[in-house]
Amino acid sequence: MSTVSVSHLNKIFNTGKTNQVDALVDVSLTIEKGEFVSLIGPSGCGKSTLLRLIANLLEPTSGDIVVAGKSAKQSRLDQDYGMAFQQAGLFDWRTVTKNIELPLELKGWDKAKREARSREMLELVKLPEFADHFPWQLSGGMQQRVAIARALAAHPPLLLMDEPFGALDEMTREHMQAELLSICAKTGTTVVFVTHSIPEAVYLSNRVVVMSPRPGRITKIVDVKLDGHRNETTRERPEFFAAITAVREALRAGGGHAHTGAGVEDR
Amino acid sequence: MNPLVQRVIRRSAMFVAALVFIAALWEFYKVIGPEDGGALFGVNIFPRANSRAMPHVWDMLSRYGRPELRSSERKIWRVVLAGAWFSFRLSLVGFAIGATVGVALATLMARFKVVERGLLPYLVVSQTVPLIALAPLVVSWGGKLEVFGYEWPRWLSASVLGAFLAFFPVAVGTLRGLSSANPASLELMDSYAASWTQTLFRLRFPAAVPFMVPALKLAASSSVIGVVVAEISTGLKGGIGRLIIEYAREATGDPAKVFTAVFGAALLGLAMAGLVAAFDLYVMRHRPKEAL
Amino acid sequence: MGARLRTVAPPLVFGVAFIAWWEAAVKIFDLKPYFLSAPSKIWDQFANNKSLIWEATRVSGTNALVGLLAGTILGIAMSFLLSRYKILGDIVTPLAIALNAIPIFVLVAVLNNMYSITSEIPRRLMVTLVVYFIVLVNVAKGLTQVSPTQIELMRSYAAPESAILRKVRVPNAVPYLFTALKISAPAAVITAFVSEYFGGAQNGLGSRITSNIANSKNAAAWAYVLGACLLGLAFYLISIIVESAATPGGAKRTSGRSQ
Repeated sequence: MSTVSVSHLNKIFNTGKTNQVDALVDVSLTIEKGEFVSLIGPSGCGKSTLLRLIANLLEPTSGDIVVAGKSAKQSRLDQDYGMAFQQAGLFDWRTVTKNIELPLELKGWDKAKREARSREMLELVKLPEFADHFPWQLSGGMQQRVAIARALAAHPPLLLMDEPFGALDEMTREHMQAELLSICAKTGTTVVFVTHSIPEAVYLSNRVVVMSPRPGRITKIVDVKLDGHRNETTRERPEFFAAITAVREALRAGGGHAHTGAGVEDR
Repeated sequence: MNPLVQRVIRRSAMFVAALVFIAALWEFYKVIGPEDGGALFGVNIFPRANSRAMPHVWDMLSRYGRPELRSSERKIWRVVLAGAWFSFRLSLVGFAIGATVGVALATLMARFKVVERGLLPYLVVSQTVPLIALAPLVVSWGGKLEVFGYEWPRWLSASVLGAFLAFFPVAVGTLRGLSSANPASLELMDSYAASWTQTLFRLRFPAAVPFMVPALKLAASSSVIGVVVAEISTGLKGGIGRLIIEYAREATGDPAKVFTAVFGAALLGLAMAGLVAAFDLYVMRHRPKEAL
Repeated sequence: MGARLRTVAPPLVFGVAFIAWWEAAVKIFDLKPYFLSAPSKIWDQFANNKSLIWEATRVSGTNALVGLLAGTILGIAMSFLLSRYKILGDIVTPLAIALNAIPIFVLVAVLNNMYSITSEIPRRLMVTLVVYFIVLVNVAKGLTQVSPTQIELMRSYAAPESAILRKVRVPNAVPYLFTALKISAPAAVITAFVSEYFGGAQNGLGSRITSNIANSKNAAAWAYVLGACLLGLAFYLISIIVESAATPGGAKRTSGRSQ
């Protein structure tokens, strides 16, 4: 059973009005268990919209979304996924531990269980010394790690991420990418990852879903043929460049621009 | 030394310096000012500088040590302190009621947009209108009204007026705070399928605290104003307002007396402000320190 | 059009409903006039006593206006001194913060003593004092809290302090002045009002309200309250009009606190 199955999805904003936006038109996608899939495309291609539809933060105009064998709504109510955004979005008034425990509190877990789980998650993201710190005492990268720990606290089968490393500098970004892969390898989580960055998409994913705007649709799905573990040398392998080129060409074909396509980075 | 403590000491020293400066100005005017007042361009703008109208600063201070009335032994500082304490308790009650109602209304407005759109304009306008004009009306309820068989006590009017004035800034400030929650955080709570109440207590209220604190400061001083004005309107026995009026009447014979009560009222205001400041420090203790 | 309706309709509906409920409650519960008067009676009194109310409003309003002008001018003047000599700012700021918490209008009791019994000066002085501190704190903030980049730019032009003052600090301070005005205009009315409770000439709005209540003419008292509210509103509206007249392109938002 696939973790996420999207078929003939349509999302239109402001139907019938002059500012109608065809955010997504006839989008179909299947994501298997344990896969790491990136969504990439220029602004307005609908990648964030698609993510939010999967998360049931938006309702589709038409089409089906099945997450973990249930409707998207039921999955949200059952907390079958964790989510991470570009802003870590930690609560200033809670310690790191309490931030991680937030979804567990909402699920009604008792204190002992929560504390055990948050300790486990802190170990996983390698921040156990910061348990009683406050978010503003941490760097951007560390805050994102806490956000990821929070997203995975309930051990959901699916992780949805909307440009979580977008606000970080280049070196921290590469470091976080490696961290994320190692965490997902340990937990076996399926990941849907929205990004602006071609190298990031290729480094992280099994498949890269290239999208284009007006109307939002999937142009091509690129298989990244990088077998085995990713590490520091991965970015220098020929398969890496081949995949990057494939993605870039797909973007160009969809966006119709001479360069990479507006809003997509070569970083 | 802790930088916060350093800053407090420096500020207090400056405050004392300001007071000394004002006292010096006062005495200076007594030296050079006209005994019976003077005019500038025909307007009698210069106050009388004689010792009846403007007692010496040291007379004011020493007055505290002497008895209130010729007939009693009770020193005046006890009387003034008791009066200030009486009014303090009334202000506290008013503040508590006003703040509670304000927060409750703000929550209602945050929950139901219709209520917000309907009431918020009135709340905003109310801050420009002299609500204090209602003071004599509210205090006139004292002694005449019966609620559920209990006679409306006169002191309650003072607290109600304080509550009324305190309520508006708290409602406006709390609403702004509740609406200030980060949209990304709201989305996060959505993704947790959290109920509106869960989001209220875990996200909106903590996010609202930095907005509520200045509103509470304003509410504290408004409550004091309401209580003192009510006391002055009625001559409510026991309060500092009445003392001020009484002593002002005796000013021709005992000019320094009224100052003792005026300083008592100042102490009252500072005490309420201090309470809110302590609350502020406690509630914001873990938050990143912004420039004070 | 729909959006306009959505903004205007709810407050109107609430307002009308509130007044209707008030009128009904007085009749249904047979509320005694010393507790609450019916809106219809209040309106009657207001219409009948228009000229008296206007007279009282004029007196209180003049006190507020005189104090507002004097306090603003003095406050602006002092703020220039404060921006020039930092030590003054350090002394005045804690004082202003403390005064914010204190019901300083009680000083009227003292001021009444220093002037003749019929003088309006104590009340005007009181308003001046209240307005002075509000204007002082805000305008001083505007003169000193200037973007460091702008100062650096002027220094690179070898501009003297006076030029920096004229070209950078003063324009920066103008929105702060209007913020102060919007706070001090209602404060002036309130202070003028409350000062009347301490004795002295009894011809303003505050004293009229108390005397009407003393004579059990509560509906009339409410009519004067209405007059006072209109006065406060008028002052606030004038300050908004002055602000929009003087700042083409919309007013800049400042923090707007009176400390």
